[in-house]
Amino acid sequence: MEYLILFLPLIGSIISGFFGKTIGDRLSQLITCILVSISALLSLFIFFKVVSSGYEHNAIIATWINSGSLNVDWSIKVDALSAVMLVVVTLVSSLVHIYSVGYMSHDPHKPRFMSYLSLFTFAMLTLVTSDNFLQLFFGWEGVGLCSYFLIGFWYKKETANAAAIKAFIVNRVGDFGFALGIFLIFYIFGTVNYDEVFLKIPEIIDQKINFLSFKFNTIDLICLLLFIGAMGKSAQFLLHTWLPDAMEGPTPVSALIHAATMVTAGVFLVVRCSPIYEYSELALSVITLVGMTTAFFAATVALVQTDIKKIIAYSTCSQLGYMFFAAGVGAYNVAMFHLFTHAFFKALLFLGSGSVIHSFKDEQDVTKMGGVFRKLPYTYALMVIGTLALTGFPFLSGFYSKDAIIEFAYISDTKFGIYAAGIGVLTAVMTSIYSWRLIFKTFHGDYKNKYLSIDTMHESPLSMMLPLVLLAVGAIFSGFLFKELFIGHDTMYNFWGESIKFLEPLGKEHPPTWFLFLTPTLVVVTIPLSYYLFVKNTKIVDEIVSINMPVYIFLQKKWYFDELYDQIFIKPSKSFGIFLWKKIDGLIIDKFGPDGISNLVKHFSFKAVKFQSGYIYQYAFIMLLGFSILLTLLIVK
Amino acid sequence: MNFPILSSLILLPTIGALFIFFVRSSNSQYQSSKYVALFITLANFFLSLYLWIVFDKSIVDFQFVEEREWISGFVNYKVGVDGISILFILLTTFITPICVITVNATIKNRLKDFLIAILILETFMIGVFCSLDLVVFYLFFEAGLIPMFLIIGIWGGERRVYSAFKFFLYTLLGSVLMLVAIISIYWITGTTDVIKLYELGIDSKYQNLLWLAFFSSFAVKTPMWPVHTWLPDAHVEAPTAGSVLLAAILLKMAGYGFIRFSLGLFPDASLYFVPLVYTLSLIAIIYTSLVALMQEDMKKLIAYSSVAHMGFVTLGIFTMTQQGIEGSIFQMISHGLVSAALFLCVGVVYDRLHTRLINRYGGLVSIMPKYAIVFMVFTLGALGLPGTSGFIGEFLVLMGAFKKNILVATIASLGVILGAAYMLWLYKRIIFGKLINEDVKKMVDLKRFEIVTLWLLVLPIIFFGFYPEPLINSIEVSVANMIDMNDLDKINKLALGE
Repeated sequence: MEYLILFLPLIGSIISGFFGKTIGDRLSQLITCILVSISALLSLFIFFKVVSSGYEHNAIIATWINSGSLNVDWSIKVDALSAVMLVVVTLVSSLVHIYSVGYMSHDPHKPRFMSYLSLFTFAMLTLVTSDNFLQLFFGWEGVGLCSYFLIGFWYKKETANAAAIKAFIVNRVGDFGFALGIFLIFYIFGTVNYDEVFLKIPEIIDQKINFLSFKFNTIDLICLLLFIGAMGKSAQFLLHTWLPDAMEGPTPVSALIHAATMVTAGVFLVVRCSPIYEYSELALSVITLVGMTTAFFAATVALVQTDIKKIIAYSTCSQLGYMFFAAGVGAYNVAMFHLFTHAFFKALLFLGSGSVIHSFKDEQDVTKMGGVFRKLPYTYALMVIGTLALTGFPFLSGFYSKDAIIEFAYISDTKFGIYAAGIGVLTAVMTSIYSWRLIFKTFHGDYKNKYLSIDTMHESPLSMMLPLVLLAVGAIFSGFLFKELFIGHDTMYNFWGESIKFLEPLGKEHPPTWFLFLTPTLVVVTIPLSYYLFVKNTKIVDEIVSINMPVYIFLQKKWYFDELYDQIFIKPSKSFGIFLWKKIDGLIIDKFGPDGISNLVKHFSFKAVKFQSGYIYQYAFIMLLGFSILLTLLIVK
Repeated sequence: MNFPILSSLILLPTIGALFIFFVRSSNSQYQSSKYVALFITLANFFLSLYLWIVFDKSIVDFQFVEEREWISGFVNYKVGVDGISILFILLTTFITPICVITVNATIKNRLKDFLIAILILETFMIGVFCSLDLVVFYLFFEAGLIPMFLIIGIWGGERRVYSAFKFFLYTLLGSVLMLVAIISIYWITGTTDVIKLYELGIDSKYQNLLWLAFFSSFAVKTPMWPVHTWLPDAHVEAPTAGSVLLAAILLKMAGYGFIRFSLGLFPDASLYFVPLVYTLSLIAIIYTSLVALMQEDMKKLIAYSSVAHMGFVTLGIFTMTQQGIEGSIFQMISHGLVSAALFLCVGVVYDRLHTRLINRYGGLVSIMPKYAIVFMVFTLGALGLPGTSGFIGEFLVLMGAFKKNILVATIASLGVILGAAYMLWLYKRIIFGKLINEDVKKMVDLKRFEIVTLWLLVLPIIFFGFYPEPLINSIEVSVANMIDMNDLDKINKLALGE
């Protein structure tokens, strides 16, 4: 059964990729959708098996690399953690597959698109079901590749191509750290298999290692290097720049890859490696710090963006920050819980925005929308549900997961605990403001689009609405239903089993009651506030903006990260490349090397040629000269 | 004595060349001489495949050894294979027929002579990989220069004479020193038989100088920084088939030489010079990657990337760990396939538009989708994506390097980022974007023979990416033996205080 879950999407991808032209658009859409849906159903089945009986299984498919002491297998590992990921990945993926049928209806390359989506699903599944770091890395780069393909799907757009390359390269920077982490693990433990590594971790607690002339605790170093990889994939602060640009891809891609699944791989990695991270206080502090910085930073930027997808992208970035700081304070299960609920409501928001964009004929600027909630009632309602869930409105899914994160941060005794909780509350408020800003600007106020008449607005086809409805159900109920399972305190039954390790069990005390009510209250209050600011009396916002123009521009420019990186990394690399090529290769090596030698030879042979003038008196004179010098020397001696 | 299979492998192409030479040449028979060449090279491929199958991978010793007296008391013609050399022979016999298939499109004049050059070259290349006597090795190694020199000089582009001479000058300079070293070895030990030399060992007081002499020859051929500048020029001017053979096989002769001779004969000196090799390899990886990033000529870009990839190879060999050396060998085989494929890809568009300037292209995916797919696979192979053969080699090398020197491994890993940058950027500029140029719009997609040749390369690149076992299995015992025999693990043991 595990085999089927894993390989059905691959089969679908191959069929529609290679035979898409022969079998036609319809059939390839049908095949990929059905295969991924079967995979999703099987995943649900596995999930319930894990829930009901604590099912675990580790299947070895084949040997991959076997070099000296390095032995790596292709494997499928099913435990509670990977079962959760299986469900998230295949479920969202199948809904996105179905949605794409409607969304891409005008695109000439449907089979190719479906093939990429299925291939992505396969890569993501190999990532989550791996039992070793190398297969994880395979899936890791595999999803990166699919993301590259899909961001650049509209290959004629210059910006899309640039965004695709940027995504791949920034991820490679993260992978650089990740790879070093794997090397270090292999160096220390002589294996890259999770279970074997985790077993040996307690033995090396005090081991130190010299890395780039700094002395590190080995475990700290492993954790930090792996986390660099996680930062790249999950678009955390400093390595986040690719995610907003990735919105160049078709919207279903954004929902699947850049919201629900791929970007959460970093969180998955940290949680999967909890048996290592638990021993590294330093790494956990770094994770908390990075997580909350990202949460805060991305939320500030989201406040002022006008591109509907970019707002949601920054929101994703921010929510990923939440997941990381949950992991950082040691609440891995809460991080997974938020990952789980986030997948539903964020995919819902993206697909909903896709439906809006579809109606506006590819317009993405929220300042050119407005006032269409009557025209698009279902999309509107669904987007509102997604927003409520995201902002943590009481009793929707985000309420359970996000507030749990803030609470755990508050009660945790780590260095940044209280501080993180504060940032968490602040960010939650900002989240609420930018989310409602999005809703109000898009659906309320005056209709501002000059190119399309409001009468042309219409709801999207059923194939697009059905996945939205299902996701909305998830967004509403997933928190309430799975709360006990994921983060319940019931010690009699431990859902996570061995897949997550807590060195010390999480604290069971509760934060003070006022704190429990703080976030929800604030979140609820911001709704009318946002309505007033963004619909009723927009002048106030304009005034705030005009007073704080520098801040506004700073945020609008996303803290100038792109410009900064361009100046620090890209331009110098290019000019350095030119310098090495033209100056060192051309002017030094070649000039003194081969060209120099041949010139030297030429030079001397020209000189030598002159000796052979052919005049007898010159020869005679030279002879005489030589003879007399020789004679003089002999006499002097 | 059994059937002399190795000598047959070596001689078969030459017999084919003679055959073509004696067939009366007229235009109508150009085709027939091509079929002769194809037949011969394919026969050679299947013969080497047979060799690989019957080869016993669990035995340390050289197998299929043939020895004949040549210059009495001095040099014997001696050939044999172990797990390492057999892979290179396979690579050679696999790539050569692909080159023969492509000649139609690229070679317009003197096709017969070109085929003869390729066949002779194959003889020499196979000779290099299975000779077990230093003099015999030297002769094959240097003789390989001549056909390549002719291929560039006669069938090359505009600046072919300059490039051919640059190529010749560089490579010959190093070789002279190697010849001196081989003579000295004979004086010191009284033999040039590699197996005997392995047993005897060479006194460590001579090793450093001898190592340097061999190194100067191999470094040029690899090529390592700073003696790499002949490679871009040679590639740019060479015809497609020439570039393919140069990148896929000729460069590997040096890497093979490092393993067989530098490590095998001078283990102490190899240890001594590790810092030098590390430094040059790192410079090669970072420096040439940056240079590759800025190239405007496709062939130059790929040529520079070859230097960077060979930097990983030299790095891996001198980590002297099981993973490092196996990674290097794997990387060489993989690079042989990938670079051959990339040069073929350049050849495909060059035949249509007669320019190698990157900015003349763009948007090819709309008119050449089949081409876009295979080119993508090769791009991914070149940037070392997991699931392609390029990944296994690079990753093993870095893993080996990390064991020995963390700093070196870290810097080398940076090259992986740059590798992604220049390859993806190249791909984007050629394949994606809008179709602008009128003449580009008229280009036609892959013809049948191009599809065949390119897919023949796609398959092993992906297959060995997912299942590298057949290759690694073949070299495992030989590499382990090499490390044991010469106690190359010394550094490890010292570091761990054993």
